[in-house]
Amino acid sequence: MRVLFKTDYNQDIKFAKHSGYVFWYALLLAAVFLAPAVLDTYWVNELTRVLIYALAGLGLMVVTGFTGQVSLGHAAFMAIGAYTHAFLLTQGVPFIFSLPIAALTSGVVGLMIAIPASRMTGLYLTIASLAFAIVVEDVVIHWESVTGGNRGMVVDPPALFGYEIFEAWEYYYVVLVLLIMAIALVLNILRSPLGRSMLAVRDSEVSAQSLGIRVARTKVLAFLLSAMITGLAGGLFAHFIQFLSPETFGILLSIQLLLMIVVGGLGTVHGAIFGAFLIGLLEASISILKDLLPPAIGTQPGLEPGLFGLILVLFIIFEPEGVYGRWVKFRTFLESFPFYRRNTFKRQRSYLKTERMR
Amino acid sequence: MSFFEIENLSLSFGGVKAVDDASFAMEKGEVFTIVGPNGAGKSTIFNMISSFYAPSHGTIRFKGADITDARADEIARIGIARTFQNIELFEHSTVLQNLLIGREIHNRLPVLRQLFFDPGVRRAELAHRRKVEDVIDFLELAHYRDERIANLPYGVRKKIELGRALCVEPELLLLDEPASGLNPEETEDMGFWIDDIKNDLGISVLMIEHDMSLVNEVSDRVMALNNGRVIAEGSAQEVQNHPDVVAAYLGGAA
Ligand SMILES: Nc1ncnc2c1ncn2[C@@H]1O[C@H](COP(=O)(O)OP(=O)(O)OP(=O)(O)O)[C@@H](O)[C@H]1O
Ligand SMILES: [Mg+2]
Repeated sequence: MRVLFKTDYNQDIKFAKHSGYVFWYALLLAAVFLAPAVLDTYWVNELTRVLIYALAGLGLMVVTGFTGQVSLGHAAFMAIGAYTHAFLLTQGVPFIFSLPIAALTSGVVGLMIAIPASRMTGLYLTIASLAFAIVVEDVVIHWESVTGGNRGMVVDPPALFGYEIFEAWEYYYVVLVLLIMAIALVLNILRSPLGRSMLAVRDSEVSAQSLGIRVARTKVLAFLLSAMITGLAGGLFAHFIQFLSPETFGILLSIQLLLMIVVGGLGTVHGAIFGAFLIGLLEASISILKDLLPPAIGTQPGLEPGLFGLILVLFIIFEPEGVYGRWVKFRTFLESFPFYRRNTFKRQRSYLKTERMR
Repeated sequence: MSFFEIENLSLSFGGVKAVDDASFAMEKGEVFTIVGPNGAGKSTIFNMISSFYAPSHGTIRFKGADITDARADEIARIGIARTFQNIELFEHSTVLQNLLIGREIHNRLPVLRQLFFDPGVRRAELAHRRKVEDVIDFLELAHYRDERIANLPYGVRKKIELGRALCVEPELLLLDEPASGLNPEETEDMGFWIDDIKNDLGISVLMIEHDMSLVNEVSDRVMALNNGRVIAEGSAQEVQNHPDVVAAYLGGAA
């Protein structure tokens, strides 16, 4: 059992709570930085996809995991980021400006959605976000001069300071660095008053208000930041798939993002990252499964969304804290062995008033 | 001018007059207690003070200013903090985080600086932490500092909710049944803390409570409410012996 001796309040502010964390995260960091050296292009590409998903999921995590506003339309922010970025590139705007502008554009749209949405709760908000995604898809289809409509749009490889990035491993590093920066940003949110107010709003709006938290403002800020991060992921995704068409950013992607953060573990940064890896794995397994199943089932068009939906529901019912939550329980078990109390994590239902992780 | 007063406050839910023309005034430094049978309208008065409900009639005044129409999130800034009858803590956060959220009104840093967590933000966070640690010491919560609320027993949660309200550093503290669900020792401790809050921290307390031993111990003045109406006011003893109060508790009409 690890007993932490705290000598300084800064210890609770730090990203890594103790030296064990430092070691494992350093190892992880080394692994992701060295990965392209040992993996072939196919796997580097797959890893890049996972990192982009992780970034998009991180954005969704801010709004859904932290403030409890369930969005079923986050693929739309990816679309806005992707198309804005791709369009700006065709206009000759350099990559390093175009990408932040794309993220900002997505953020501004998020802000416009958030202001009415912050007054909605639960299912209404979710339905509204779904409707929003459909509207965005329609706009993408019909605004042909910018988006190419149903014909789609080719995205050129990114160029950094005149240097064109063609290789998979080069792009992998671009994505990795941006993901790490976004993670640092979100961790900063979590350790400052803003992040605490977000969690407060999620768990109990009345007591948040009674403590002086402006609920609507907090929700709107979360939406803005969330849309920016997911929009950034969209911009990166544009180069990754190299060709944008409206159906790329459909409801399936939105469900996938939601599935990711639920399976990974709502309310934590770990959850978004874990979730992205798990979804990457799941996608790979489904495509293998498809080949194994009899064609009558394997070629059903609804197979993927159906499976994703099923897994989502199962997790919400049986493991609402996701894989990361399960891991924390397991780690606590190891650390406190043999003193582990079976009900350490059991919620005391009788006292429970504010189970509102919507 | 009184420190805090409500005047002719009324509110109905559908046909039910939850609060009916209720008035009282309390002075700074007092512990003022509202008693009354279930459904008397006590919590409804608190919820109107918190601006969760808007009264249909009447005014709420704090230090002379009319705060009836203040927004719910302005009440804490004005100087009034509260606890809830059915504990409203942030279940998925730790005790420390819950208490830090109590510091919200003392945060003035722009969002952009928080995103980058510059040295100024860190300094402010450390200052909040020291304040929170004072409250942790005061309520003897050190043992639970890093526990998640969901893992803690009821009595401890009540203490944490009290602690969170203290982190606001209010001038007036509203306690909705601070002793409900506590065992006799915990109730006794609660009594000591309320005394300390009044005497050492200089915070005035407006309290709803059913436990008469606690009411007798800490209250400077007591008011009894029944069917939304004030039926008696005075010392704890006077109110308990008032014929209307006895009748109300025996289930008769006041
Ligand atoms: N939000 C609401 N909607 C409808 N009726 C309500 C609402 N809140 C309270 N009431 C009603 O108003 C009356 C007063 O309720 P209140 O909660 O203020 O009682 P109380 O004095 O706090 O009782 P207790 O001691 O049981 O807490 C009750 O009849 C209650 O049913
Ligand atoms: Mg009540």
